[in-house]
Amino acid sequence: MRVRRYKFWGVAALVAGFTVYLLMNAPQTAYAMHIMEGFLPIGWAVFWWALFLPFFALGVRKIVQLTKEAPELKLMLGLAGAFTFVLSALKLPSVTGSSSHPTGTGFGAIVLGPLPMSVIASIVLVFQAFLLAHGGVTTLGANAFSMAVAGPFAGYAVYKLLMRLTDKEKLAIFSAAALANITTYLVTSFQLALAFPSAQGGMLASFLKFGSIFGVTQIPLAITEGLLTVLLWNWLKSYSPHELSLLRRGMKGARQS
Amino acid sequence: MKSKVQTILLITIVLLLVILPLVFVSGDFSGADGKAEQAIVEIAPEYEPWFSLIGEIPGETESMLFALQAALGAGLIGYVIGLFKGRRDKYAVHD
Repeated sequence: MRVRRYKFWGVAALVAGFTVYLLMNAPQTAYAMHIMEGFLPIGWAVFWWALFLPFFALGVRKIVQLTKEAPELKLMLGLAGAFTFVLSALKLPSVTGSSSHPTGTGFGAIVLGPLPMSVIASIVLVFQAFLLAHGGVTTLGANAFSMAVAGPFAGYAVYKLLMRLTDKEKLAIFSAAALANITTYLVTSFQLALAFPSAQGGMLASFLKFGSIFGVTQIPLAITEGLLTVLLWNWLKSYSPHELSLLRRGMKGARQS
Repeated sequence: MKSKVQTILLITIVLLLVILPLVFVSGDFSGADGKAEQAIVEIAPEYEPWFSLIGEIPGETESMLFALQAALGAGLIGYVIGLFKGRRDKYAVHD
């Protein structure tokens, strides 16, 4: 009983905190989502493509390896892709008065490892670039590096670290998903800052400009993403402990080779 | 029972995080990527986008495609979770 009461007050405090936060913060504009088509100079576009492609190749190899070892995991791959599909389609309103979307890559990074996500998340980006004119083909390398490589790797690292330190699985999953989200947008700001250093203050000033403003937009979305990831995890755990334990074994085997 | 409470709690917080900004913040809630364009124009006024594949898609079509993307993903998630649940229930009967 006592535990539940603590939980209730925890939630109440969270809601109250957010209400105050929302009332105090004047709306600002935010600057980053995917980098738009044509909005990276050609040199940088090629640079990020070159940096992304090796991860894509390793990701393909990892997926082939995983599905060969355990064909049942194809369902998990589909699930990770589907989750990214849904979350990156949701443009959520945020506290700054503008909208941005979660990435959904943290979940896949946790259950499958970061490398397969470099393939799965870039499929989503391709869909958005070609069908929605959201992001772009020339900027796909840069967008894929932030969302399909940097985000999943950060999420995976956070998950491993927290599992080792605290052994609180849900906390680790929540933090991993939220940080994968934040990292994606930090890298996007960094990419924009590199390509467009401001006349006064140079790259750092640009990074702070792109980064600080979108950061506030992204924080509530990162929390949302973390919570949704825990929700999906809870479902999986109650319905499919078999697949999850198989995955642990599969990943261990893959790591040894 | 405990997990049910937790599920409801999580969904409630997610909904609050979406609804509260809409209620308390006055903004136009336009997409952040459109604003990235403006920021770039501010920093580098002479920059011209050098490539365009499709151009602008009508707003209605774009929202349809976003809905399609979400629907495809949600459909597959439902399928997989349902499949797992069905399997578990089947094994539970045999045990």
